[in-house]
Amino acid sequence: MDLNLSDEQRLLRESAERFVAESYDADHRRKMANDPLGYSRAVWKQFAELGWLALPIPEEFDGLGGGAVEIGILMEAFGRGLVSEPYIATVVLGAALIDRCGTTEQKQARLPKVADGSLKLAFAHSERAARFDLAKVATIAHKTAQGWRLSGSKIVVLDGHAADEIIVSAHIHDHQGASGRIGLFTVAAKTPSLAVSDYERLGGGRACNIELSGVELSEGALLGDGSDALPAIEWAVDRAMAALGAEAVGIMQTLLDTTLEYTKIRKQFGRPLSANQVIRHRLADMAMQVDEARSMALRAALKVDAVPVERARAASGAKAKIGKCARFVGEQSIQLHGGMGVTEELEVGAYFKRLVAFDTLFGGSAHHYGRHARLGRTTVSA
Amino acid sequence: MDLSFNAEERAFQDEVRGFIAKNLTDEMKRATALTPSVFSDPDIGMAWQRVLHRQGWGAPGWPVEHGGPDWTPAQRWIFETESARAGVPNVNVMGVKMVGPVIIGFGSPEQKNFYLPRILSGEDYWCQGYSEPGSGSDLSSLKTRAVRDGDDYIINGTKIWTTHAHHANRMFALVRTSDGPRQQDGISFILIDMTTPGITTRPILTIGGDHEVNQVFFDDVRVPVANRVGEEGKGWTYGKYLLEFERGSGIASAKLREGLKAIAELAESDLTGRAIDSPDIATRISEVEVDIDALEMTELRVLSALQTGQNPGAVSSILKLRNSEIRQAVTRLGVDVIGHDALAVEPMRPLYKLNHAPATPEEMLTVVPEYLNGRAYTIFGGTSEIQRDIIAKMMLGI
Repeated sequence: MDLNLSDEQRLLRESAERFVAESYDADHRRKMANDPLGYSRAVWKQFAELGWLALPIPEEFDGLGGGAVEIGILMEAFGRGLVSEPYIATVVLGAALIDRCGTTEQKQARLPKVADGSLKLAFAHSERAARFDLAKVATIAHKTAQGWRLSGSKIVVLDGHAADEIIVSAHIHDHQGASGRIGLFTVAAKTPSLAVSDYERLGGGRACNIELSGVELSEGALLGDGSDALPAIEWAVDRAMAALGAEAVGIMQTLLDTTLEYTKIRKQFGRPLSANQVIRHRLADMAMQVDEARSMALRAALKVDAVPVERARAASGAKAKIGKCARFVGEQSIQLHGGMGVTEELEVGAYFKRLVAFDTLFGGSAHHYGRHARLGRTTVSA
Repeated sequence: MDLSFNAEERAFQDEVRGFIAKNLTDEMKRATALTPSVFSDPDIGMAWQRVLHRQGWGAPGWPVEHGGPDWTPAQRWIFETESARAGVPNVNVMGVKMVGPVIIGFGSPEQKNFYLPRILSGEDYWCQGYSEPGSGSDLSSLKTRAVRDGDDYIINGTKIWTTHAHHANRMFALVRTSDGPRQQDGISFILIDMTTPGITTRPILTIGGDHEVNQVFFDDVRVPVANRVGEEGKGWTYGKYLLEFERGSGIASAKLREGLKAIAELAESDLTGRAIDSPDIATRISEVEVDIDALEMTELRVLSALQTGQNPGAVSSILKLRNSEIRQAVTRLGVDVIGHDALAVEPMRPLYKLNHAPATPEEMLTVVPEYLNGRAYTIFGGTSEIQRDIIAKMMLGI
C-alpha cells in the first residue's frame, strides 16, 4: 500500500503543471474559445514531443506504457489550465478502444500515429434515445458484399470535427439478421454519406453530431473479430470517467485558489470578505470537497484494471461524487465572487462551465449513484 | 502507487484475523453490536483491552519502550480495519489514546512508571475533564480552579460531558491555576483520583436513552501537586496535543463501512419489507458508501504520507469532520430503513441484557438510539464549526 507519487510521476506532474502555467494562459484560452478548430495544432504537436500522446499506449506500438494514474496526473494539470486539446477523445477513449478491440494490424496502423501526433481519433457512441445507457445503440451496421453499411445518428461526439478517424458503435446485422452484438467501426473523416455538424462545447472545446446515411465501409473497418464490444465500451468509458475526474479536480483546485485570493482582497464593510466566518466556513467546505474529489479520482484510477464490477463501481462512485463536489465548488466560487462571478470578464465562469460539462458527460451524479447501486452493495477495498 | 498490501502486510492481516477469531467471544460481539453509545461498557471494553494487552497490542500508538507494538502506519491501519470488521468492543479511548500520549510526552518518570502500565492492563479506567457548563467550544475560558496549598492543589468547580465518569477511577483535567493575560495561560493538566473526597458525579441521559456522559462536581478536592503533568500553566499546550490525537487517531472508514453494512443488510431483509427495493433508499446507500470510499482514500493518503515521514497537516480536521458527518448519515439512513419500527422505544439498558422480549427485532434495537445519540458526533472533540475554523486557518491561511 503506497499512494505516494514515484519520482517519475512527480516529474510528470511538474512538467505538466509548468507547461500549463507557461503556455496556457487566459489569452490563449480566449483565443481558443473563438477558434473554429477549438484547439491549437501547435500545442498538440508539443503534447506529442513531450510524450503525452504516447503515455498510455503500449511500448510495442511506440508508446510509453503508462497507466491511469499517469493519465490522471496529466489531466489534473490540464484541468488547471482548462486545456481544450482533444486528449480524451484521441488518447483516453480512441487509442484505448483500438488497443483493446483491434487486431494487431489495426493497432499497428494507428497507435504509433496517435503517439506521434499524426492521427486524431474520436468515439461516436451516444444517441439521443439512449440517454446514458451505454448498451442502447440504434445505429445499425449491415453486412454487405464489400464490407459494412452504417446507418444511424450519434450526438455529442467529443472533438469529432478534429478527428481523422471516428470510431462508431453499431449493432451488427449480418446475413442472419440482428446478431445482438455491438461492433466498433472505424470511419475516416471524409467518408461519403457521413455528415458531421460541429458546435462549440459547454466549457471549451468542440463536439459534433453525426449522421450516417448508409456509409459504406470495407471489411476491415470492423475493429477486431466482431465479438460484442459492449464490455470494451464500458471499460473505456470507465477509464475516461476516471481521467475526467482528475481533470475536474484540477479545475476545482484552480477555482478554490482563485476564490480564496479574491476573498482576501475584496473589501466590504471595511474588511476583507475572508474576515467573515460564513465565508471562511464556505471556503473550508470547498477545500474539503476538493480533497474528497481528489481521493475519488485517484481511487477510480487505481481501480481501472480491477474486475469489471469493482472497476465500474469505483468509476461511477467517483463520477457521481466528483460531480456533486464540482457543482458545489463551482457554484460557490461564483457566489463568493459576487456579481463579477456571473460575467464573462472573469474566468471563473469558464471554469465553472467546464465543471458543469464534466458532471453531465457520460451521465450525471444521479445516473451514476444509480449505476453504483445497481451493480451491488458492498465492496471491501484495500 | 498501489492500493494492495505487500506479502508481509498480508501475513500480518492473517495474524490479526486469527487473533481476533480466537479471542473475540460471541458475548462480546453481541454486546458491542447492541451498544448504541460511543464506547462499550467497561466490563466489555476492558475485557477486550486485557485480551489485547496479553498479546502486546494494548497500545498501538505508543513507543516500544512503554509497551507499544512498534507497528508501521500500514499495520495500524490493518489492525483497526480488521478490528472494525470483526466487531470488537469499542474500548474507551480516554486511557490508551488520550491521556497515555500526554503522559508519555510530558509526564515525569514517576508518572510514566505508575500510570502507563495501569492504562495498558486496564487496571485504571480514565475519564476526561475538559468541558465545563460555561466553556464548550471556547474551552480555554474554563473556570474550574486549582489553588496551591502546600504540596496539594485544592480544586473547586465543575466539568461536564464527562464520558464514563461513573465508571472511571481516574480523570485527567484542565484546571485554572492562575490568571494570565491570555485565557490560555494559567491552565494546568492534572491527574485526579476519582475516589478523592469532594467529588460527586451526576448522570446525564442523552436523547437516545443512554447514560454515557455526566457532570462532575469538585468541592474542595485535594490533589497532590505531584499529579500535575508537565509545567504549571502549560496545560493548554498539552491539552491541544491530546485533542490532535483525538481527531487524528481516526482510522474511521472501516467502522463506518461496518455500520453501513448493517443498515444495508436490514434494507435487504424481509424485516424491513426490503426497503432497498425503493430506488431512493438504494441510491442513498450508494451515496453514503461512496462518501466512505472517499474518506478511506483520504485516510490511506495520510497513511502513505506518514509512512515516508511527511506531515499530513490540518487534514486531521477534515478526517474528524467527514467521519462525524458520515456517521450521522449512516444513522439517519438507518432510521429511514427500519420504517415503522423506528417508533418503538426500548428504554432498558444495556440492550444486550434485556429481561423481556423487545417490540422490534434485535437487529433494529440500536438504530434510533444511535441516530439520536449520534447527533453528538459533530459536537464533541471540537464541533464541526470549530473544525471548519481550523481548516480555514491551517489549510487556507484565513
